[in-house]
Amino acid sequence: MASGTFAESGADLELVGIQKRFPGFTAIEHLDLTIPAGSFFALLGPSGCGKTTTLRLVAGLEDPTEGSILIGGKDVTKLKPFQRQVNTVFQSYALFPHMTVLENVAFGLRRRKIEDPIGKAHEALVLVELDHLATRKPQQLSGGQQQRVALARAIVNRPALLLLDEPLGALDLKLRRQMQLELKSIQEEVGLTFVHVTHDQEEAMTMADTVAVMNKGEIEQLGAPEELYELPRTAFVANFLGQSNLFTGHVSGSTSNSITVDVEGTKITIPTKRAQRHKGEVTVGVRPEKLHLHKNAPKKEAGTNSLGPGRIIDVSFSGVSTQYTIAIPGIDKVTVFQQNTTFGPLAGEGAEVWVSWDVDHGFGLEDEPGATPRFPADADTASIAVQKRRALMSELEES
Amino acid sequence: MTLQEGLAVTDAVTTPRQSPRRGVRLGLGNWLLPLYAILALVFLLIPIAYTFVFSFNNSVKSNIVWRGFTFDKWLNVCDQIDVCVAFGNSLIIGVTATIAATVLGTMIAIALVRYRFRFRSAISLLLFLPMATPEVVLGAGLASEFLGAGVEKGLGTIIIAHTMFCVSFVVVTVKARVSTLDPALEEAGRDLYGSPNQVFWRITFPLLLPGIIAAALLSFALSFDDFIITNFNAGTTSTFPKYIYISAARGIPAEANVIASAVFILAIVLVLISQISSAMKRKKLAANGG
Amino acid sequence: MAFSAFATGTAKEQAPRRKSRIALLLLLPGILYLMLFFLVPLVSLVITSFQQPIPFGDIGEYQTAFKWENYVDVVNTYGEHIFRSFGYAILATIFALLFSYPLAYFIGVTARRWPLVQNLMLVLVIAPFFISFLLRTLAWKSLLSDESFVISGLKALSLMAPDAHFTGTPAAVIFGLTYNFIPFMTLPLYSTLERLDTRLLEAGSDLYSKPSMTFFKVTVPLSMSGIVSGVLLTFIPAAGDYINASRDFLGGTGTQMIGNVIESNFLVTLNYPAAAALSIILMAVILVMVTVYVKRSGTEDLL
Repeated sequence: MASGTFAESGADLELVGIQKRFPGFTAIEHLDLTIPAGSFFALLGPSGCGKTTTLRLVAGLEDPTEGSILIGGKDVTKLKPFQRQVNTVFQSYALFPHMTVLENVAFGLRRRKIEDPIGKAHEALVLVELDHLATRKPQQLSGGQQQRVALARAIVNRPALLLLDEPLGALDLKLRRQMQLELKSIQEEVGLTFVHVTHDQEEAMTMADTVAVMNKGEIEQLGAPEELYELPRTAFVANFLGQSNLFTGHVSGSTSNSITVDVEGTKITIPTKRAQRHKGEVTVGVRPEKLHLHKNAPKKEAGTNSLGPGRIIDVSFSGVSTQYTIAIPGIDKVTVFQQNTTFGPLAGEGAEVWVSWDVDHGFGLEDEPGATPRFPADADTASIAVQKRRALMSELEES
Repeated sequence: MTLQEGLAVTDAVTTPRQSPRRGVRLGLGNWLLPLYAILALVFLLIPIAYTFVFSFNNSVKSNIVWRGFTFDKWLNVCDQIDVCVAFGNSLIIGVTATIAATVLGTMIAIALVRYRFRFRSAISLLLFLPMATPEVVLGAGLASEFLGAGVEKGLGTIIIAHTMFCVSFVVVTVKARVSTLDPALEEAGRDLYGSPNQVFWRITFPLLLPGIIAAALLSFALSFDDFIITNFNAGTTSTFPKYIYISAARGIPAEANVIASAVFILAIVLVLISQISSAMKRKKLAANGG
Repeated sequence: MAFSAFATGTAKEQAPRRKSRIALLLLLPGILYLMLFFLVPLVSLVITSFQQPIPFGDIGEYQTAFKWENYVDVVNTYGEHIFRSFGYAILATIFALLFSYPLAYFIGVTARRWPLVQNLMLVLVIAPFFISFLLRTLAWKSLLSDESFVISGLKALSLMAPDAHFTGTPAAVIFGLTYNFIPFMTLPLYSTLERLDTRLLEAGSDLYSKPSMTFFKVTVPLSMSGIVSGVLLTFIPAAGDYINASRDFLGGTGTQMIGNVIESNFLVTLNYPAAAALSIILMAVILVMVTVYVKRSGTEDLL
């Protein structure tokens, strides 16, 4: 039983050498992660990447096969969930249907024999602006209200660590955006450490101070949202977080502050400090919104990369911007986002265009080009089948 | 209620409704099918009405010919002491067997849904077979076991027999409830500082309770109306159905109709109350939610 | 469906975790109970069925032996009863199916628009369960006795010969079996029909199928699992029943079924081996018929 006191403040979370195997597959291969106290941390990744498993390990709902979990420097690996100062906002909210909203919120306080559980529960409900519904049953609330009750039920315990398992997944888009802002302000108000699991990259970037992108049971990259977006280190991050144009070629020359890659005869230059690898075969990239579209061949200038001519094969309008897909001989396809600052598309389908971008906007990845996707040695056949199918589908789409 | 009746009821009760709530246009003329359905239900209810009406018969010994209306039999049920003794025995057996079967069956149901273990399919088969075996075989089998072991037949052997056939029904009914229970609720309980014990009694058990109550009611109904298995294992002990069977040859006293009608009315009232209350709950939810 | 209630590995199962010790603790009492009072009795029946009388012993005293001739004897003596049991049960099952399908269809499909009507009708279908099975049957006996207005009415209309009886005839027994087991048929049918997606019927008529065609090509195949469950739930108890066929109820001297002879052998003449052998035969025939039936109707996953 946890002691009857609140955590003073948020605590650091450390995961050391975590591995988690289930019968038949490995969810987490090897995970080291430190989350500083008081931060809003997001674990972002596609479904099945191991992010929810990570959360359940921290909550104590699963036991790691190997490795240890430290909260505030204290090893809690062997502690049961009810002995950990950690609370979870479940994806399904998991509100007890046989209790009122108030009793739901007071549940944890009562278990820990904390004084005045009802008073504290009311305070928590006031914080999420639901105190007027305290006597209702959870089924009588809307999705957004249930979500806030689940949040109140967790934060009322002042846990050292608050875990959020895709808590906004069941809400519609508008409510979701609103709740994102509310969650963020509540976190700032109570100063707890929030660990938020999501597959929604926009949600992760809006809310978190630090985002860790997970893929196949490993952390691909960790950093501030802006840093992850502007300087992705792997092809997975470059494409999972927004879109990227990626080009692979040999390094053909380098100066003190830039390297040049030869992509099928076209030279692309990126700053050395934005490249993870400096020789051999490398993949470089640039975000589609950084590209400029030209109807005439742009002048060759230092500090600018340019490609072309190519042909526009698709124009798709999406409100604030228009997406152009351009086929450039030898370089495959390039995607360009152009802000709709004027009416109508800049150029129609079939038009001959060039693209250019500032050298400083390029980035170089650390992936081995052409490296086959990693399959864990004992990945289950179902997941391999799914990946194979996806590969096949994308092949079909391309042809 | 007989075993297969129990299975049919369990199935209807535990099957969630999924289809879009929309009917189809009637094919065979708009009135033929409803008319048939009404007539079919009336047909099903004829013997019940008969039994009920004849509980008011001012009969002397046998209750076959109508001899005039009276409330006497309702007011003085226990004038026919044998009927009352048999009814009392049925109640004792029903309650005891229900409690035993509900405890045993609930434990099995939880284990089946929540845990993984070996011999799973063998255990499922063992639970299924009693429901698919003709009652006469179950009855004769137990009786021959008691005979071989030299056990004196009586109230005890009847209770043993009834508990046996009720367990499977409790398992099916409670299992359906357990599998609709979101495991995240129990996880939330553990996460909110509930010890395993507290999580079970404060979360799991209250949430399973409706299923457990349904299972207990079903068990009681099965036990109360069982005749075939009881007949093989009762010895000289009388139960309500056994009393009717024995007196069938010389005529059933109207008091038996009184007891049967009273039980029937009680059961129907219980069913209707639960139907109405759940309908009202749905309405309330619809009014408040969303 | 009823008969899949215990199918293993259904999709509903929630990733059971390994905690064998607790599972064992939960399972052990109930499973031991069923072994002791369900499995052992079956074995005991098999043993009893091979017993022979103790030489110079009293009536009802038997010793363990391997007298397989018991089976030959009971088949010779009661072959007619065995045959009759399954004949009656099959007929009752067919009648119950014909009676129940339209009723279940109305409650499950047509009445969907009115949930209250639907629930009320369901309550009425199971209402007979709440009154003693024996009293229900006795009620029919009175209602259909020679003096009853139904029978005398039929006779007055010359629809029945003046000296004919209804109670005591095979027709009465089959009638009783049908009546008593109708709810067993209706409920599983209702369960499947309730889940029938009516859009499929619309698709059927959209694809140029006449209503009767749609019924036989779409509705019936889709409700097959309910039909199988209902048939089994009706057939099994009907084959083993001995109330309806009993002389004090709807039967007569020529309508005795296998259940009646098991009862009289066990409880009256104390011929335990014969009763046990008959029980084993009944169980075996039912198991074989059920297996064949389930396989042929292509719903093997039911069991």
